[in-house]
Amino acid sequence: MFFFKEALRGLRRSSAPALAAMLTVLITALVLGVFIPVVQATMGAASDVRERVVVDVYVADGASDAERQSAQRAIERTANVRSVDFVSKDEALARAREKNPRAFREGSELLGTNPLPASFRIVPEKADDVGRIVDRLAPKGPDGAREPQLTAIDEVRYREEDTEQILSVTGLVTVVTGGLALLLVIASVALIANTIRLSIFARRREVEVMRLVGATNWFIRWPFMIEGVIVGFAGVALAVLLLTIAKESVLEPMSHRWEFFATPDTIAYPLLVALLVVAGVAVSAAGSGLTLRRFLRV
Amino acid sequence: MRVRAPEAAPSVIKTVPVVEFKGVTKAYDGGVVGLQRASMSIGRGEFVFLVGPTGCGKSTCIRLLLKELEPNEGEVLIAGKALSKVTSKRVPMLRRNVGTVFQDYKLLPNRTIYDNVAYSLAVIGESRDEIRRKVPDILRLVGLSTKLHAYPDELSGGEQQRVSIARAFVNHPPLLLADEPTGNLDPETSIGIMQLIYRINRTGTTVVVATHDKEMVDKMRRRVVELREGRVVRDQQMGLYRPDESTTEFAIRLRGELGIGAQGISS
Repeated sequence: MFFFKEALRGLRRSSAPALAAMLTVLITALVLGVFIPVVQATMGAASDVRERVVVDVYVADGASDAERQSAQRAIERTANVRSVDFVSKDEALARAREKNPRAFREGSELLGTNPLPASFRIVPEKADDVGRIVDRLAPKGPDGAREPQLTAIDEVRYREEDTEQILSVTGLVTVVTGGLALLLVIASVALIANTIRLSIFARRREVEVMRLVGATNWFIRWPFMIEGVIVGFAGVALAVLLLTIAKESVLEPMSHRWEFFATPDTIAYPLLVALLVVAGVAVSAAGSGLTLRRFLRV
Repeated sequence: MRVRAPEAAPSVIKTVPVVEFKGVTKAYDGGVVGLQRASMSIGRGEFVFLVGPTGCGKSTCIRLLLKELEPNEGEVLIAGKALSKVTSKRVPMLRRNVGTVFQDYKLLPNRTIYDNVAYSLAVIGESRDEIRRKVPDILRLVGLSTKLHAYPDELSGGEQQRVSIARAFVNHPPLLLADEPTGNLDPETSIGIMQLIYRINRTGTTVVVATHDKEMVDKMRRRVVELREGRVVRDQQMGLYRPDESTTEFAIRLRGELGIGAQGISS
């Protein structure tokens, strides 16, 4: 109770630095509150794209059913394979026809037989592992051409160029946004800690006097930390208020118009708010406590 | 040797000195010497002036006693306890038993007079009722009962110093240290402050006053410990600011201080 009153007195008597600290918390919380969902949406979009990386294994036309089934089992046992989907010759033709109806309208009659092979569509556990799966199923021979391991398999394809591009682009996007997020968090922490540092520096004489009359370190520290908590909480609360207003008035109407825009998995709003509050309060309080440590050394 | 407080038994004074310096040397980081093998012993209830020019080590003594500094050599003891054995956790306890008064008052600027004094009671965990009882009492004692709710910057220097004395004494510490308590005050105000400190001394509190206020020392006629370049050069009961000197010595010193030679006067 005494500490709380002391903290309020401190805030009242040095309101300018406290206000500056609060504004800093407010601004960083605002930026983080906007940036975290954006980063998540970007990363979500990147991983969506990565989901599309697949390996196609074409079954030799002459392979028997038994051979085909043992090939499927072998593929399922291969490391990093998430799922295997069998596409029969008829299915393949149906899909191709669906994609390009004009080419097949007369085409199938013209060809007489179905030219498309049966295939397995492999979805890898992780998109980056696609190369390893291919290597396992059809290692490169001495001449550089891929040699399928199983007799039932005619060819293994994974649309090398597309896959490489997807992997490198999405990888870059993930790394860059992740790095930016990390930098932003570090900058926020440093900025808040520094502002609080300054506000305490202005009162170092006061701390010195308290020590001289025999105050223990925690007796001095508590009011400052409570001040930090109040400042941090006020800043984050204001930021959350602004974020909520912005979300309701800008984002909500937009998501009705472009439904696809709002779909990527982003952090739940209450969780985001809780995270910001905890982080803001913790950083402010810890900033106060750590800065004081310098002056409290006897 | 004269004993200060007549009602205290001399044997007690001999056995446990309140303050003791044993061959204390303190050199600052820049090589500046604060104290050099200084030794002295101050008994309970004594009133001691530490005198000497600026930089002679007076403030170093005070800061060593508050354990703001550590000696390089030797031992500082308070009530028989070596300060080097006081852990940093116990330093606040030490300071609660040592009242301190400074030249620059060191009041908390954003608190009223009342709250400044109350703070040093809150620090030792006094109840609110006790604080409410003791603070007006002590402020009346120092003659500031009408200014309880003024802020330090609204008071004169002498009044601020009275507040800092009230703060130092409100816990009734056994030892009171004053570092140039009248350094910023005019002579008339200084007398009032000294009287206040003397009254505190008469309650049995040991008082150490570092000062270069010659008039005050000469008027009070208490024990004087003179420091020069970190050494104790004189320790005299009922002393003057300067050792007694003959008229000729005085004349020579005066000429030296005024910067005129023997011939200077005739020309």
